[in-house]
Amino acid sequence: MILSPADLAAIGLTLRLASTVTIILLIIGTPIAWWLAKTQSWLKGPVAAIVALPLVLPPTVLGFYLLIAMGPNGFIGELTQSLGLGTLPFTFWGLVVASVIYSMPFVIQPIHNAMEALGERPLEVAATLRAGPIDRFFTIVLPLAKPGFISASILGFAHTVGEFGVILMIGGNIPDETRVVSVQVYDHVESLEYAQAHTLSALLVIFSFLVLLTLYWSQRRSRNATIGVMK
Amino acid sequence: MRLARFIPPVLMVILTAFVTPNSLAQLPPLKAQKAKPAEVIHIASAANFSMAMKQLIAEFESQHNNAGRVKASYGSSGKIYAQIKHGAPFQLFFSADQEKPQALFNSGLTVGKPITYAVGALALWSNNAEFKQREQQKLQTGQFNKLALANPKLAPYGAAALEVLESLNLISTTRSKWVLGENVAQAYQFVASGNAELGFIALSQVIHNSHNDDYWALPRHLYKPIKQDLVVLKRGEHSQLVNAFLAFIKSDQGQRIIHSHGYTSLDTKEPSQ
Repeated sequence: MILSPADLAAIGLTLRLASTVTIILLIIGTPIAWWLAKTQSWLKGPVAAIVALPLVLPPTVLGFYLLIAMGPNGFIGELTQSLGLGTLPFTFWGLVVASVIYSMPFVIQPIHNAMEALGERPLEVAATLRAGPIDRFFTIVLPLAKPGFISASILGFAHTVGEFGVILMIGGNIPDETRVVSVQVYDHVESLEYAQAHTLSALLVIFSFLVLLTLYWSQRRSRNATIGVMK
Repeated sequence: MRLARFIPPVLMVILTAFVTPNSLAQLPPLKAQKAKPAEVIHIASAANFSMAMKQLIAEFESQHNNAGRVKASYGSSGKIYAQIKHGAPFQLFFSADQEKPQALFNSGLTVGKPITYAVGALALWSNNAEFKQREQQKLQTGQFNKLALANPKLAPYGAAALEVLESLNLISTTRSKWVLGENVAQAYQFVASGNAELGFIALSQVIHNSHNDDYWALPRHLYKPIKQDLVVLKRGEHSQLVNAFLAFIKSDQGQRIIHSHGYTSLDTKEPSQ
């Protein structure tokens, strides 16, 4: 189990990518989840469907469209160029944008479910105690939906670590920039370096198992905690 | 109640109306198949050769009155190699390089030595009108955003691109602009979508959909020939169709098709080793 410097660089890059994506998704996902939980608008269905789209789309479809859209003639590419940012494919931030889209349902749906499960009652009670909407959001919604946020963070992070198809199509395999662990494993397998592929793959299996184990334990604990409060 | 009694006859009529023409149409070929079952062979081919292979198969099958069928799978040679080692049901393997057929030969999975079926050529291509006929100059002066190439570690066309950059003394000046595709098809994709202004690709990829001045076919002295070898696998040992297909590839007609796709200087009569 010896990792080469290139393997270590890939692991470091993957962790950096997954953390960045998770933080961004929590920031933009929370208001979307809140809106989805509260709105009566006819737009709720279409928005929920768009959020869930990356669940069912093959990563190749996503990667193909992103490559075109973020290219110099695509609409995202034209936007980033006019902002003086150049084009996004083959850059770390290109991967961030792609992964935010790819992992979006894994972050928004748990938060949305947790918020919907709260119901109106705690908020009405808080309102009678003269808590304003913002106050209510931060003192009632966020603490009570905490298990949802924990699930969302873990799933978003883990799903980004497991991303492969999209990154392969828009990454360009650049060390320290876009060569993440999954791509590195693929390179090892393709160049018949099966021993190195085994080492990295085994690490990913162990990592994924631990992540999911943490998730189930944290869910059980929070359910027990909720039941305790109810009693 | 009464209505229910009518439904089965009605259904019968509808079903017969739908089924009869189809089954009639299917009868003759079914009979023919019983008389002489068509032999099917499965081959695996490197993705860069897919265009030529599709034409080869079409010509071959039409010559044999569709009595024999060739089913091809395309992919990267590394993946196909791993699949063959783990029992994939291919009778022929057209690799993009010489190492993998040789490795299969060494481990006793083949019938006979590898044979070189095509020698690939490298082209420098841009999808940007501004770059037309000036690919070489742009490469040498560094006036481009990204340079796409197949991963030299994985793909023979990537290794050849690296040799060209070495010959031209451009490795250190261009390295920061490299973007690597997992194979030459992906390098093509990066250029076609406009994300990389320049890219080293296989001549076979552009020879049919571009004018001659849209790319720079690299001089042969800048890189070692990209020899692509094939091997007959154990599963193809006693197949007449495999032998017929190999003979077709070596024939003048087969060679003409391969040449027309941008591959050159074949020596299929001689084993490569």
